[in-house]
Amino acid sequence: MRKLIVAATAALTVLGGAASAQETIKIGYIDPLSGGGASVGEGGLKTFQYLADELNAKGGILGHKVEIVPLDNKTNPQESLVQAQKAVDAGVHYITQGNGSSVGAALEDFVTKHNSRNPGKEVLYFNYAAVDPSMTNEKCSYWHFRWDANSDIKMEALTNYMKGQPSIKKVYLINMDYSFGQSVRTAARKMLGEKRPDIQVVGDELHPMLKVTDFSPYIAKIKASGADTVVTGNWGQDFALLLKAAADAGLKVNWYTYYAGGAGGPTAIKQTGLENQVFQISEGVPNSGNKAAMDFEKDFRAKTGISVWYPRAVNEMRMFKAAAEKANSIDPVKVAAALEGMKFDVFDGGEGFMRKDDHQFFQPIYISSFGSLADKAKEPFDEENTGWGWHIVSKIETDQTMLPTTCNMKRP
Amino acid sequence: MAELIVISTLNGVLFGMLLFLLSSGLTVIFSMMGVLNFAHASFYMLGAFFGYQLTRWIGFWPALVLAPLLVGAVGMAVERYGLRNTHKHGHVAELLLTFGLAFAIEEIVSMIWGKSPVDYRVPAVLDFPAFTIFSTNYPAYKIFMLVVSVVIFIALLVTLKRTRVGLIVQAALTHPSMVGHLGHNVGRVFMLVFGVGSALAGLAGVIAGPSLVTQSDMAALLGPILFVVIVFGGLGSLPGAFIASLLIGLIQTFAVALNGSLASVFGPLDPSLGPSPLTDIWNVTIAQIAPILPYLLLVLVLIFRPMGLLGTRES
Repeated sequence: MRKLIVAATAALTVLGGAASAQETIKIGYIDPLSGGGASVGEGGLKTFQYLADELNAKGGILGHKVEIVPLDNKTNPQESLVQAQKAVDAGVHYITQGNGSSVGAALEDFVTKHNSRNPGKEVLYFNYAAVDPSMTNEKCSYWHFRWDANSDIKMEALTNYMKGQPSIKKVYLINMDYSFGQSVRTAARKMLGEKRPDIQVVGDELHPMLKVTDFSPYIAKIKASGADTVVTGNWGQDFALLLKAAADAGLKVNWYTYYAGGAGGPTAIKQTGLENQVFQISEGVPNSGNKAAMDFEKDFRAKTGISVWYPRAVNEMRMFKAAAEKANSIDPVKVAAALEGMKFDVFDGGEGFMRKDDHQFFQPIYISSFGSLADKAKEPFDEENTGWGWHIVSKIETDQTMLPTTCNMKRP
Repeated sequence: MAELIVISTLNGVLFGMLLFLLSSGLTVIFSMMGVLNFAHASFYMLGAFFGYQLTRWIGFWPALVLAPLLVGAVGMAVERYGLRNTHKHGHVAELLLTFGLAFAIEEIVSMIWGKSPVDYRVPAVLDFPAFTIFSTNYPAYKIFMLVVSVVIFIALLVTLKRTRVGLIVQAALTHPSMVGHLGHNVGRVFMLVFGVGSALAGLAGVIAGPSLVTQSDMAALLGPILFVVIVFGGLGSLPGAFIASLLIGLIQTFAVALNGSLASVFGPLDPSLGPSPLTDIWNVTIAQIAPILPYLLLVLVLIFRPMGLLGTRES
């Protein structure tokens, strides 16, 4: 009964306040704040709260204040749906999520169904990191927008770089056992097979997601396979612990990764002593050389104590503001229409755009390696007090990242 | 291949010994009180967090001694003021008490130390490779863990089999009222056993914390597998728990190392069948099903030998 009253009051506030400029824009942040994914989820939350503060300090969006509502989904799709419903009941019209494509797919389905059943109360899903390609291909939705390059785009760029590294002979694939990990392994096998047929795939491992606390059995297996290079999409503790076990066992290989820079990752890499042998693909690095981004990085680190690990979240929030201003409304339907095809100058410099066909954002992406920083003036930022930092080894321009989509978008 | 076998055996034995540190207390408490202590893995977690906190304050070595003692004290308090009072309401009440306690401890821990992993590190003295076999380093800390668990195992065995205290405990396991009539304080024996059991779990937490991950869901991750160990070994049987711990440790480690699947034994399916649930089952490797193997074992044991490997009674 009490819940009902709260929900009813919340609903009334939303209805009554729709026209007033005082209404805050609530963004439901649905990500892990406990369990194995908590370390990345908490970093994301700090990032979004910082970005909301930044917007509010400059007058918010069209005069509305922005508020981040943290909702713990324990990296679990069912739990996420409960949290999403809770958010919607509390008057949230924008949800954002990133960790886990299994969760992402569930939320994408949720907003699609919710919006077709509740016209006038639409909810948008801003995706900042769930990169399973199917979310902008066969499962695509008009109400979903993705700011991170999808897994196939990243693998395309990564394999293009690996193509030019003749030292790579034997590759081992290790990934988390869910939709994203499976798409990484499939794409890696296919693309490496096309670009470097001489490379031998000596292992192809899927392990339980965010459940393994000791990776030494897996490391022993990699070692026994004789691999010289490991390709992995692991994130959060699954990356940090994998590298920690590699360091303990003294495994010396090259690592091609999606998310080596996540919490705990840099510390573990430093421990392995693999200088400039761990590569990461991302849409930005702290030492990008872009003045505005580096000033932002400095202030962000001072206030939150962590690095800017989600330049895409910065793009997401700033572009949200730009789209609302373009539409001159915070109504989700109008914002969605404004976002389609929108061009935007991204955080680390260069132009990106939100492709209308599948709501995938395209932007310059970078391959960087982790090691000691020679020129402190040009590359001032290290990670996790290791003294080592990321430097760019390759940049892929926006037009080089475009992959076709099979999305058949159903527009309202 | 030889390398993989040696390293996997070491890892498997190590994980097995860690499981034994936990399950020994659990199985003794069960045979004595007839209560399956759901909060046992929570004491393991408490051990890890106490260990982490004390290491920050006074260093690792004092923490190694103090943290298990603290956990033991918490365990004794639980027995004295919790279980003993609920005992008169029967086993279900006791079971529910430990069940609730497990959740309460998890919540309290995440309130104090947060929900993300804490920075609990291997002490610098032990942070070096102990030896290198076939170019793979084996960390000294893991050897240390192995040594600690073996020492505890021997000490436990000697205490139970060779001392007067052990005699009384063993007697109290089967004939508590007779032991009471002989003038021993059975209540205190129960309390001490519960305390020692919790302290052992705490010790496992202190030494496992730096090597695995110290965070508020570590109890929930390890808890279920403990029940597998004690059911598999036979409820109340210490040697059974020992064998089961090692076996499960080895099974889990070796399953990860194996690549076999139905497809590799019988050859790939006809591609004309296309992707279907059958191809999924066909291609799944042993490594992928490694995490569920212990539970499969639990089901099989309960069907075919309900008293477990070395258990004496069916319960």
